[in-house]
Amino acid sequence: MTSQLFLQYLFAGITYGIIYAIVAIGFNIIYNTTGIINFAQGEFVMLGGMIAISLHAILPLPLAIGLAVISTMLIGALIEILFIRWLRSPSVLRMIIITIGLSILIREAALHIWGENVRSLPYFNGNEISSIQLLGANISPQVLWVIGICSIMVMLLSLFFKFTSLGQEMRACAANRLAATLCGISTKNMVTFSFMLSAGIGALAGCVVSPITYTQYDSGTALAIKGFTVAVLGGLGNSLAAVLAGILLGVIESFSISVVPLAFQDAISIGILLIILFVRPHGLFGSREAAGLKEF
Amino acid sequence: MKRFFLSTVTLLALWAMVLVGLPAAAQAKTIKVGAILAETGGASFLGGPEARTIRMLVEKINAAGGVNGDTIELIIKDSASTPEKAISFAKQLIEEEKVLAIVGPSTSGETMSIKQICEDGKTILLSCAAAEVIVNPVGRYVFKTPQKDSDAVKKIYMAMQKMGVAKIAVLSDNTGFGKAGKEQLEAIAPEFAIQIVANEVYDKGATDLSAVVTKIRADKNVQAVVNWSIVPAQAIVAKNIRQAGWDVPIFQSHGFGNIKYVEAAGIAAEGIIFPAGRLLVADTLSADHPQKSVLVQYRDEYEAKFQEPASTFGGHGYDAIMILVNAMKAAGSNDSEKVRDAIENMKGFVGTGGVFNFSATDHNGLDIDSFAMLTVKDGKFVLYNK
Amino acid sequence: MKARKFFPILLLLLVLIVVQQLTRLTGTAYYLTQMTMTAYYALLVIGLCLVMGYAGQISLGHAGFFAIGGYTSAVLTTFDLTPLLDKGNSAIGFLTTNGLLAERQSLYGESLLSVNPWLACVAALLLTIIIAFCIGIPVLKLKGHYLAMATLGFGIIIYRVALATEIFGGADGISAVPGFPLLPGIVVSGDFSNRVQNYYIACCLLLLGFLLLQNLIDSRVGRALRAIHGSEEAANAMGVNTARYKLYTFVVSAVFAALAGIFLTHYNGGIGPSEAGIMKSVRYVAIVAIGGMANLWGALTMAAVLNFLSLRGMFGSYDDAVFGVILIIIMLFAPQGLLRRQVWQFFKKSGSDN
Repeated sequence: MTSQLFLQYLFAGITYGIIYAIVAIGFNIIYNTTGIINFAQGEFVMLGGMIAISLHAILPLPLAIGLAVISTMLIGALIEILFIRWLRSPSVLRMIIITIGLSILIREAALHIWGENVRSLPYFNGNEISSIQLLGANISPQVLWVIGICSIMVMLLSLFFKFTSLGQEMRACAANRLAATLCGISTKNMVTFSFMLSAGIGALAGCVVSPITYTQYDSGTALAIKGFTVAVLGGLGNSLAAVLAGILLGVIESFSISVVPLAFQDAISIGILLIILFVRPHGLFGSREAAGLKEF
Repeated sequence: MKRFFLSTVTLLALWAMVLVGLPAAAQAKTIKVGAILAETGGASFLGGPEARTIRMLVEKINAAGGVNGDTIELIIKDSASTPEKAISFAKQLIEEEKVLAIVGPSTSGETMSIKQICEDGKTILLSCAAAEVIVNPVGRYVFKTPQKDSDAVKKIYMAMQKMGVAKIAVLSDNTGFGKAGKEQLEAIAPEFAIQIVANEVYDKGATDLSAVVTKIRADKNVQAVVNWSIVPAQAIVAKNIRQAGWDVPIFQSHGFGNIKYVEAAGIAAEGIIFPAGRLLVADTLSADHPQKSVLVQYRDEYEAKFQEPASTFGGHGYDAIMILVNAMKAAGSNDSEKVRDAIENMKGFVGTGGVFNFSATDHNGLDIDSFAMLTVKDGKFVLYNK
Repeated sequence: MKARKFFPILLLLLVLIVVQQLTRLTGTAYYLTQMTMTAYYALLVIGLCLVMGYAGQISLGHAGFFAIGGYTSAVLTTFDLTPLLDKGNSAIGFLTTNGLLAERQSLYGESLLSVNPWLACVAALLLTIIIAFCIGIPVLKLKGHYLAMATLGFGIIIYRVALATEIFGGADGISAVPGFPLLPGIVVSGDFSNRVQNYYIACCLLLLGFLLLQNLIDSRVGRALRAIHGSEEAANAMGVNTARYKLYTFVVSAVFAALAGIFLTHYNGGIGPSEAGIMKSVRYVAIVAIGGMANLWGALTMAAVLNFLSLRGMFGSYDDAVFGVILIIIMLFAPQGLLRRQVWQFFKKSGSDN
């Protein structure tokens, strides 16, 4: 394999990985405050993309994206208030099923609102064929956008959770709900807020990846499965680990293509996940003790 | 025990509901036509336009007084692109609704799974799926409207020969359409002295395909790429090829016949060459072309009604229902056997896919001239003249 | 005790017979087609109910086992061995002389030679058991979201393999699967003439499965399972070998799923990759949940009602949407399922209040 070819595979892998990672971060936020895996996370990604595309018909791109993120956040809050807030200590199984139900509902609603056609946002810079030469390999400028937004997101999130009081309260909820309540933190509001935050992040992800992957009413599911895989691979709840795991998985997928037919790509990446789950269920970068403390 | 009684009550209530729901009495002077289409699910981009087209046409036909004095009662079933539902619905339409004919299904997998059922039930099936196995070997009651894959492949290879292309890479999607096309591409290549040096299948839900583009590009011999697909992801291939700065000729299949895919690929779609029915270039046809008036009329009606561009997929639905209606008129009766014979003997029917000439051995009725080679120029489909 | 247990099942059998007679009298025998399909899906669902409701382990990959059963049987019974026989392959010759191969005519009159459906059925079940063991041992050590993800992953792998492998027909799946002659004169196939017979075959299989599960639940195994569901640690401390019980129930339910797959594939005359899809697995889990988790009767009823309506296309393009709505409503307001006395009493009470 020539070095140019190697780089091209590497960049392709990073592109996949960063798309998965940006979806995985949304999973982690809700998981951190509530211990719930929101199976409807992929639908937030799809909704963000779809709303932005619709708004872009009348508004300039940044405004359309901004509004799409805000409206998806409101939808996220609404969903939490309507379906989750008033449940008293629901079991994990029940939450899995409720969020699966929600994802079906949002997807079907999108089908009947936007139809079955594929849509996409325009490239933020350049167009479909423009590419940047990097060490002899080509990379689309949109990929740089995704990488940039993903890094800023991870950075802001870690600052937010470390230094703002809201962020600290959310972490307190994650650590011990009862203790947090005793300290006067409204755990219910924290959960609503975490849904808003993760819906917003999902929507933003949906907007930046839309030019690359396109947006269709059912595109959320596939992204969610990969995002979830990456979140588990990195260790649930850890956003930086999710990015690393995402890139790792993406690169493995991309290099696997050079030897195995593309058709088996998904089977391979899921197979890797299963092996990781069997030998290191707390994830590649997670700590066993922390995982042991979590309730399932 | 209580649970058991509750279960029984629920079951009986359901049963009562079904019985009450039965049509009070079959209305006189209607003829039932069934349709099994993938309005939702993985093939909704096919089933959606097909179902809309068929609804529109039946409405129009009924408004004009129906066929042979009977109004058509259309029963559309959404198979969600799954064979098991198609099987269930086919049996239901044949036995329960006693339909004259079934239009659809949209995919070849579904069609193959109900082919035998329609044969056994002696019910006409007008499939909107492309694979050639549907009509080869010929089933007595089974017809299909999309053009032959093998003709599309020949058209592509002929264009390649003119360009002097001998070594190609084949990419196809993992739907039935992609699979059938891949098989034909492999089978016919030797006839044209073309060698397939790379062959890859991608998922219909693919998000980015730059790695596979890298893989096929690694072989310096590749002179052209055939991207045989019907799913939206085919636009990603074109985009990734051009992004990689690879200036190779791209050929696609008649599954590219939806302007939405061109929009999705944007500037990367420029110069893509593909065979398709003439619906997409209806305006550029000369006024005396036999298909011109049919195509323009269908396209204008569809676009006025649904506010979206017409695609060749909807055209398959148009052809299926119009072949049926014309056969009913020709037979002068709505008797299933007579209508079947009328379809089989139909000659020179002008549809959106081409001019249909059916026979006892050809239940597709289209020849290679039903395809025109098209290309994309300035975001629009135009005839490819080289 | 014994009589009380069998009584409801006998009654159910009676109901099934009455339903068949009703369809005969009203000339609506065509309903039996979808009822037969429904019965096979219900067989899978009650098997899953054992794992989810009683052992408390979620499995988002049961459509995978259905597909393993269906595909194995379909491949073996459709793959034409005539060319191999002509080449003088000794293994094929051995199979032929022992009556393990079945000769039949294709739709177009060619003679085909493939594996006997009985042999195919046994092979499919064996394969399912082996895979279920291999997957079950590591997967069932996981809990909560990890368990959900691992089973989901298993389902996805099966789906991908079915979709990507030539011999499984790719996206088209396998069609023209022959009938399954259980006994001389009794054939599992979708022919219009075999309908009543097949309705009873499916119902009998379902009832037998149901009886087996009910006995299992009321036995020592059932008590152990309930202990696991309550608290796995406590059960372990009491000396219950939780890992082994979980694994056994998992394998039993996988066998149920595979059986459903085998029979439905022969009944439908084909199978496609959509049977292995994630949405299918989700649907089965949801039906168990709607039925009330640890409630075989609930799972059975809900599987019957929802699958029947869906197979008849009652909800049109809103099939999945209706399903999602039912799922959410039940999980929010009646997480113990609909078929509970409390729910009915609640309605009664609120009715009398007004």
